[in-house]
Amino acid sequence: MDIQVRVWRQSGPSDRGRMVTYDVKDISPDASFLEMIDVLNEKLILDGDDPIAFDHDCREGICGACSMVINGVAHGPEKATTTCQLHMRHFKDGDVIDVEPWRAKAFPVIKDLVVDRTAFDQIIQAGGYISAPTGTAPDAHATPVPKKDADAAFEAATCIGCGACVAACPNGSSMLFTAAKITHLGLMPQGQPERDSRVIDMLQAQDDAGFGGCTNMGECAEVCPKGIPLSLIGRLNSDYRKAVAKS
Amino acid sequence: MAVDTPIPKTKNAAGATATPTPRTVVRPSSVTLKIIMAVSGILLILFLYVHMIGNLKIFLGGTDFDHYAHWLRDLGTPLLPHMWYLWIQRGVLTLAVLAHIYTAAVLTVRAKKARPVKYAHRPKVQGSYAARTMRWGGVIVLLFIIFHILDLTTGTVNPIGDHEHPYANVVADFAPGRWYVTLFYTLAIVAVGFHLWHGIFSAARTLGQQTEKGQRRAKTIAAVLSAVLVVGYLSVPFSVLVGLVD
Repeated sequence: MDIQVRVWRQSGPSDRGRMVTYDVKDISPDASFLEMIDVLNEKLILDGDDPIAFDHDCREGICGACSMVINGVAHGPEKATTTCQLHMRHFKDGDVIDVEPWRAKAFPVIKDLVVDRTAFDQIIQAGGYISAPTGTAPDAHATPVPKKDADAAFEAATCIGCGACVAACPNGSSMLFTAAKITHLGLMPQGQPERDSRVIDMLQAQDDAGFGGCTNMGECAEVCPKGIPLSLIGRLNSDYRKAVAKS
Repeated sequence: MAVDTPIPKTKNAAGATATPTPRTVVRPSSVTLKIIMAVSGILLILFLYVHMIGNLKIFLGGTDFDHYAHWLRDLGTPLLPHMWYLWIQRGVLTLAVLAHIYTAAVLTVRAKKARPVKYAHRPKVQGSYAARTMRWGGVIVLLFIIFHILDLTTGTVNPIGDHEHPYANVVADFAPGRWYVTLFYTLAIVAVGFHLWHGIFSAARTLGQQTEKGQRRAKTIAAVLSAVLVVGYLSVPFSVLVGLVD
């Protein structure tokens, strides 16, 4: 299939950046979206042009590296799918596809489609840990965890920290990400000692990084490649209110 | 152990907390702002419901309606002097409106700053129309509140403006000749309806609603409460317009 892509090109953090149109000919419908960009990049290199910089790592939907806003939707049109798992068969021959980076003040563009997601690391560092004794590993059944809690914690823990929630949010908020981390650790008995300080510190880190506030629109959950539910944000709000009341 | 201990220490030591502490005073967290917005919003919704029930007394006739309006001024007597209750309520409502607007403004500024470069291609957001129009809808509602107070509280822009006979003021206000007042009233009430449709759900979520089942329930309750308000409020001007109330 033949398509046209309009890609955000920005040579560096201080460059203004612009959309540049490229023709991509003879792409297999079975190619992934990233493979399509690979093919385009090979052509650009042969032509002596600068290839498009983009983040990618595992290419199997579990690392959270790929980060493209495709036709205005983070990770493209398929629900619960990362860009690397999105295939060209979901597009039509002759389509014009817009590709942009995540756009947020807290995610500055490094080059083209690559953004700096250090802000997420800062949120994790602020409270994404538990106190665990060192020494021999505890027995696996030493601390019983109700099945319901284990499942819900695991669902939250599937967050791969890609940042699509921020890219989609009209307020540039990272609430779904932070809520997933709060839920994943806060539902487990091992996460209780820091439960209050975690939510306060992580929210502070989120606000300090320049993310906006949540208005419960639900854009984030729509694009989340892992299907993290919007309701977790209510858990963050509730934990935060209780933690502040206690502090 | 020697390696483990310093790590949490540096995190909580004076050096790390010294910088954020003054900032928290200046910059309330986004969730704190949302909680203030939710609580002030709920106060205003409670008022809207009480106000609507009062409005519906117009269908009992002029004597009952005027009697109700006069009773409001003596509410709380003899514990409170004449008009005191009304002024206390006005004070609380004004504070709630100001808190609601202030927090909305701060969060809007933060949201605008959070995305300095706009998307070149951005389809309509998947959230509802109600969710998308919270900010401008709120501005329309504010303008209406100002007009409404000048119209039916102070009587400044009302054709009669007689404090002793509110029933007559209402009937004169929504007379067919003043169709533009009815139109503005209708637009504003519909804007309130949309605002609450998302607002009630959003307030529940902000105050900690966190289950999938509860989310469906909160959205249904929000839709029903908003719809009842819109119908209740619009029934008055349209009854005047068609001559049901005169």
